[in-house]
Order: sequence, then C-alpha cells, then structure tokens
Amino acid sequence: MMECNKLKRVDIIFCRKGFDLFEVVEKALSRDPDDLISDMIDSGLKGRGGAGFPTGLKWKLARNEEQDEKYVVCNADEGEPGTFKDREILDQVPEKVFGGMAICAYTIGAKKGYIYLRGEYNFLIPKLTEKLEIFNRSLKQIGLDFTIRLRSGSGAYICGEESALFESMEGKRGEPRNKPPYPTVQGYLGKPTVINNVETLVYAFMISRIGPEAFKEMGTKDSRGSKVFSISGDTPRPGIYELELGMTVEDFVNEFGDGDTKAVQVGGASGGCIPRKDFPNTIIGYEGIPTGGSMMLFNSSRSMYNVLHNYLEFFTEESCGQCTPCRVGCQQLLKGIESVKKGDRPPSYLRELVKLAKTMKIAAKCGLGQSVANPFVSIIKNYKEEIIH
Amino acid sequence: MSEYKVNLKINDIPVTVDAGTTVLEAAKKLDFKVPTLCYHTDLCIAGNCRVCVVEQVGAKTLIASCATPVSEGMEIRTNSKLVRQARKHIIELLLSEHNADCTKCYKNGKCELQDLASEYRIGDHAFLDLVGGRLGMVDELSPSIIKDDSKCIRCQRCVKTCAEIQGVSALTVAYKGDRQKISTFLDHPLVEVICTNCGQCVNRCPVGALVEKNYVDEVWDAINDPQKFVVVQTAPAVRVAIGEELGYEPGTRLTGNLVTALKRLGFSSVLDTDFTADLTIIEEGTELLTRLKKVLVEKDDSVKLPMTTSCSPGWIKFIEHFYPDFISHVSSCKSPQQMFGALAKTYYAQKKGIKPESMVVVSIMPCTAKKYEADRPEMRSSGFKDVDYVLTTRELGMMIKQAGVNFQNLDESPYDSIMGESTGAGVIFGVTGGVMEAALRTVYEIVTGREVPFNNLNVVPVRGMEGVREATLKIEGCQPEWDFLEGVELRTVVAHGLANARKVMQAVKEGKSEYHFIEIMACPGGCLGGGGQPIPTNPEIREKRAKAIYCEDENLPIRKSHENPEVQLVYEDFLGSPNSHLAHQLLHTHYTERERF
Repeated sequence: MMECNKLKRVDIIFCRKGFDLFEVVEKALSRDPDDLISDMIDSGLKGRGGAGFPTGLKWKLARNEEQDEKYVVCNADEGEPGTFKDREILDQVPEKVFGGMAICAYTIGAKKGYIYLRGEYNFLIPKLTEKLEIFNRSLKQIGLDFTIRLRSGSGAYICGEESALFESMEGKRGEPRNKPPYPTVQGYLGKPTVINNVETLVYAFMISRIGPEAFKEMGTKDSRGSKVFSISGDTPRPGIYELELGMTVEDFVNEFGDGDTKAVQVGGASGGCIPRKDFPNTIIGYEGIPTGGSMMLFNSSRSMYNVLHNYLEFFTEESCGQCTPCRVGCQQLLKGIESVKKGDRPPSYLRELVKLAKTMKIAAKCGLGQSVANPFVSIIKNYKEEIIH
Repeated sequence: MSEYKVNLKINDIPVTVDAGTTVLEAAKKLDFKVPTLCYHTDLCIAGNCRVCVVEQVGAKTLIASCATPVSEGMEIRTNSKLVRQARKHIIELLLSEHNADCTKCYKNGKCELQDLASEYRIGDHAFLDLVGGRLGMVDELSPSIIKDDSKCIRCQRCVKTCAEIQGVSALTVAYKGDRQKISTFLDHPLVEVICTNCGQCVNRCPVGALVEKNYVDEVWDAINDPQKFVVVQTAPAVRVAIGEELGYEPGTRLTGNLVTALKRLGFSSVLDTDFTADLTIIEEGTELLTRLKKVLVEKDDSVKLPMTTSCSPGWIKFIEHFYPDFISHVSSCKSPQQMFGALAKTYYAQKKGIKPESMVVVSIMPCTAKKYEADRPEMRSSGFKDVDYVLTTRELGMMIKQAGVNFQNLDESPYDSIMGESTGAGVIFGVTGGVMEAALRTVYEIVTGREVPFNNLNVVPVRGMEGVREATLKIEGCQPEWDFLEGVELRTVVAHGLANARKVMQAVKEGKSEYHFIEIMACPGGCLGGGGQPIPTNPEIREKRAKAIYCEDENLPIRKSHENPEVQLVYEDFLGSPNSHLAHQLLHTHYTERERF
C-alpha cells in the first residue's frame, strides 16, 4: 500500500508572524550544538536543493571535523530551469536564511559564512547587503563570532554543483571536484564546509523554532515536512507554493493543471518526466520522484521532442566540459535525436542513445552529467513517437 | 608511508594497502591494469576522462579509480559488464570528437587513444562525428610546437603541466560545454603568448593535439644534398634516452652506438654539444668571477648578482616574460647549442677548410625550446643561421628507424674531432644541478688551485631531484689574484621546473635570499626530462636517466671542463682568452623584455 498524502498548502517558509527572528537565533545559541544536531536529524529534513542529503547528518559530519577554520555556504545559485523559489525566499525572508546559517555556524563551529548568489539575481544585492549588515551587527551583539558575506556567481549552471561552486568562490574555473573528499571534510578553501540550499537553511531555522516533531508530522516516512514548489508551464496558476511532501502527481495536477496536462517535468531539466498514465502512482517525494522544487506542466499542445531538444541544448551548453561522458555525451544525445528526427539514423538508434544516457548516469563526474539521463530516458520511453515523427 | 592499512577486494582477490592509496594503485599492485588517459604520475589527479572507471559493489555510480582512495571493505570490479560497457562508450565518445586521421597523424602508433581503441576493438564508430567545426584549427606558427585542436580530447594534462610543473599557464581551459577547448590568452597562437616552448605539454599529450614541429625531412634533404656539409651535435641528455625510442630500458647509456648511428645516417661529421658545454663553463665561470670581483671589490652597482645560468631556452623565455627586470642577472653566455653553432660556422669551418655557407648545423636535443632558440634573430653571429635545424630525441629515433639502422647491432664509435671532445663536466649538463657542479669543479680550482673539496669530484649537495636545492661552498686558501674571495661562502641554488624557478626568482625579487649563483633548468630533472625526450617521461624514468648521466661522468677520463684539450685548443688557436672580444662576439648574447600574456 502506497503511503501518500492529500495535497495540502503549508505556511512555514514565508511565515513571519508570531516570532522574533533574533529570539529564535538566541534560543538556539543557548542550546548544546549536539542537541541542535539531534533535532535536525530527528526532524528528517533532507536537502531541498534536489539531492536530498540529510541536513542533520551533514552538520554532524562537519561538526566532527577537528579544524579551526570551517565555513557555512548558502547555495543560492538557483540555476535549474523552472526553479525560482530561492529568489523569492531571498527577496521575502532573507533574515530567515541568515538565521539558518548562524545556527549552522554555531553548531559546527564556523566563523565565516557566504551566500553564493546566482549572477542573474544581482538585483537582490543592494537589499541583501543592507540586511546582512544589520544581521551581522546583531550577531555580534548577541556574542556569536560569525559573519556572512555575499558572493556573486557569473551565470554558469554548473556552479550550482557544490564543489564547482567552491572552485568558483576560490576564483578558479567552475569545475566539479573529485569526491571524496566531500565538502564536510574539504570544502571551501579545503576546509570543512556545510553547503546548504537557501530553502534548507530556512527550514533548519524554522525547525529550531517549531521543533522537530511539528516538522516531522508533515509528509511521509521518507519525505518529512513540506517543500516550496516553483510551478510553471501550462497552468492557470503559475507561481510559488509551499506544499506538504508526499502527494501524488495526480493530486498535484488536479490542483494546478489546465485540464489537459499530458506530462509533468519534476525537478527541472535534470529531473524526470512523468507521463499522464503514471500520475496516480507517482509520489512527489524521495520515495517517488524527488525534486528541487521545479514542476513544469505540459499540455497536449506541446511537442515532447521540442521539450527534450530544449533540455539537451541546455545541457550541451552548460556542461563544464571537463569529463567525457557529459561533454561529449550531451552533444551525442542532442545530435542523436536530431538525426533520428531527420531520418538520418533509424529509430532503433534511440536504443543506443538510451544506453549511452545510462552510461552517463553512472560514469559522469558530477550530478549534472549523471542526471541528463533522467529527462532523456523518461521522455524517450514515454514519447518515442513524438521523437521519431 | 601511512601507518594505517586498508583491506579491500579487487575482482574477489583480497589486498591490503596503505590508507590513501587510490583504487588504481591498489589494482596495479594486484597486476590488474586499468586503462587511463588523463592520469599522469607527474600531475595532480584530474579524474576527467573517466576511462578508468571501475565498479564499486553497492555504489550507485561507477568510480574513477585514479581519483578514489581505497576504503575498508571495498569490493571493486575492474572488468564487469557495467564497466566494459561504460569504458567502451567513453572511448567511443572520445573518438567521436577526435580527428582520427590516424594513418596521417604524427603520433600514429604512439597515441594512447589509438591504443585504447585498438584494445577495445572500437571498429564501427557508433556515434555521430562531432569533429566537423574543429577541423583545420591548427596552430603551426611556433617553431617548436604544433597545436591541433581537432585532435584534442580535453584530458587537460597539458593545462595541468603548464600550471603545476611550469607555473606558466600559457595553456588554459576556455569556454564550457560543447565549446570547451584548450586555449591560450584570447586564443592567440602559441608563438605570441607566454609559452616558453618547453614542450612539457607535448611530452604529456596522450594524442596528437600537441606535437613538436618536426624537421626530419629538412634534415634528410640536407644530408642528401651533395653540396652540403652537414654537421650534427648531440646534447648530453640524448645519449641516455635515445634507447627508449629504440626498445631499450630507460637509463641505458648508448653514446658510442649513437655516434655510429649518426654516421650511418649520413652526417658529414658527428660532434658533441658536450664540448661547448665545457666551453660554457669556462665562459660562464669567468663571467661569474668577473661579476663577483666587480661587485665585491669594485662595488660596481651596474653589475648584478646573483648570476643565473642561461643554458635552458625555456628558462630564458620565462624570465623575459615574467621577470624582465632581472634579465641583467642572466649570464650573457649563449647555450652550448648556440655556442656550438657559432663556432661550427667559423672556427670549425676555417680549420677544416669548409665554406660556412655550405654548412648545415643540426642539433639533436632533448628539448623543443631549442628549436625556438635556434630561430632567434640574435643567433646569427657566424653571419649565417648558427644552428639550422633542431631535432628532438624522438625525431632522431624516427630517423634511425626510417634509415633502417639496426641500432642494437652497432659498434661504438668515438665522436669526430675537432669539437667532439668532452669531459664528465660537460655530460652532467643534462641533469639538474649539473651545470652548477661543473662550474664549481672549475671555478673552485681556478680560485684556489685545488680540486673541489668533495670525494671523487662529486659535488653531492647540488645533486638530487628536490625542486629547489640550496648549497653553500666556503672558499678557502685562495690564489693571490683571487684573495678577495678568501673566506667567502659561495651561496648557490639549483631549481628545475619553472614553477620552482618562480619560487627562487620570487625570493630573489623580495630580497629574501642572497645567492651568488643560480642554476635553473626549465624542465623537471633538467634536460634529461626535457620536452623533446621519449614519451613517457615520469619521475621513475627521470631517476634512471639521471643515474646513467652520473655514470657517464664517472667513466670519462677527464671530468673538469678546463682540462678539455679541445677547449684549451680553441682558446689558443681562435678565441684568445675567456670572455675575449671574439668570444663575446660569438659566444655571448643578450635578452629581450617580453609582454606578459
């Protein structure tokens, strides 16, 4: 029996009523860091950027590293096509992001924090700078030796990958590193670093306010809590919604679809494409289809060839070019579907391409190259006719 | 060595290795070969090409064995179905963006990608050809290096070499995605940027994307021209490396066979760069002593110390670009190659009654920068181009094979005379620290009248493979004319690899080190690790070549440059005295400040 929830709206991330930001931070700072970590582990919070690594465990690993210098980095390089929630969070409730970073810093013992802001979000800089100044000053007043600074990206998708982000912060070319070592051991400047998505940090902050139980009550066993979704495409209600995790795609489409939804791309260009027949039995969550928040709805007027072509063009351009499977693989997939469409290669060539995508999934150096197979395999599998004809 | 041991299984065979060992090294220990492309023992791990992926049981993805350290209980499969499929795909992908004109390629038969394609029997090219737009993107303007982007597989060995070993970064990665390429500053040709022509990138390129500009055909034409008198000179490091091109183990000494082979190729006269290496010591040693006197006694501000060596053309171009304010510190001596060329077309021509215009001087060098050096406008002091063609050790190997000379069965021959006589001091020019050692053997003896105070003339403190090595030699018991040096501690430093050269120059620039004499070689290990040496060159092979060079030195009857009878003769018959007017005209040069991009 599939455990799932009904679609339910939640108001945690953007909620500002009923508490004072600094009281929450101060209260957290009065507690034992290990207790804060057990709360975080207990809450079941997983990274909201898409990969879903347990946040409490990440903090614990960084805390356990015996190093004087540690960092907290907020990944605000929101580059996944179809995602725009972090922009809104940073615009509406930046202090809650800062608060999450401060609590993390206290927990792991970091003195410096950075927000790596997507280049296209530079319009937020004046506002964030102003608010950071106040926040940093207030932190000093309550006696936490932690300062947050802003760093601007330059528009490369790959710099949202955590280790490429560190390279970029260090002034180098944004290319993913070999792992291990992981960021909690060797991150920014080779020092233990917690890097969390904007939304994750807000949830971390809110968990220290509402407690792990209240968070845990929401969602399913594998997908605790709620999540902010960026909803776009063929929908009468595009925008940003915070929803409890664990609903089916069917429920989601009933709420946000235009009555003619043929497919939902979950998790942006690097996510999977769910066809109509799978709507009822696909859960939005880690046990089903995980997502960084992007939900793109397509109705029957859309050509899935064009959709896939668009994604592949994106990856072909945004691959850092470092590793073979991703650099060359993306080009082969793109040119491959073009050649099948044109009839230069037989439809059976798609089978070869699916095999290649599967190699990319296991052999590419980082998440980018590994995830190209998600849209590719799911779209080819479900919309083969649209690709060929 | 780590004190922690890790137990793992590779293809079901248990193995125990030190913590920190990579999966690749552990597999090698069990004699499982995992193919690699971007991996090179001289460089930091890249993990880019993914050819070395292996399966870790239980892991979601394959792992790059070169980049993954072992962990306790790990179970690895190096040849599972999953691994074979992925590896084949990766090789196919590389081939799809590679201009595989193998039979026309300079690296045909010596290409790591070709080897892999052959091992994995990549017959039918499964994927679409992506080379298209990059065909014809060839930079042939440099006299040393050809860069062909259509063959590049983006492994970045060259980029890492240029950055990590040389600290030059003439080559960098530009653009991303399908447009990603290995480029120079604004994609200018190599000849216009800070490239030092050292050729370390050429030595590490697994394919034919970076190769030396080859002059084999020009040399054959000269040899076949009855009007030409073709003189060949061989650099010290060639004799201990040429064997690797012809099936010998690294570190085999083949001087006598080499001479015979060159004669069989048809060179009119086979002479030795070691002769001018000895001459360099006399000229450079005299210059050092003159500088010391001017600074210490005459307090002449215009004369600079420390003085640096000038034999390595990669180093010269480096200092011209990066430390132009310090070019007055560089010895004005030409390199032995260029001293040889200048003397060949003057002194040798006169002695032998040959018209210099009919002479062709060919050098066999472990070096690609020597090709650029020979092309410098200042290297025409004989009235002609002093050295006409420069071939690398690899190109000579090619010529020997083309001529069908069965090297293994050759008898040994001595070099021709004149300009063929050399000493052990000349030979060690081929190894890092060798110029310093040779100079100390001579300078110390000139100043004190006694041999250097080291057992068997082996100046051990300047030897070794440490990147920067300092040594101090106290001068005592001076001859009357050198009494200003009495008690002076001669401070020397030796560096090899330009990243190490930069460390030394930075210390000098910041006034942190008060050296008198600096030896710098552009390439790791010195000339024996030169960009023109056989491929592969790696730490282990450099050690073997170094051992061979020192062995060569110990086996020569004369081991001090000033005792070379032909060097004494050239002063008596032609040059007059060291640093004489004629010596300056033929054997010394000047340097040019260059832009830094």
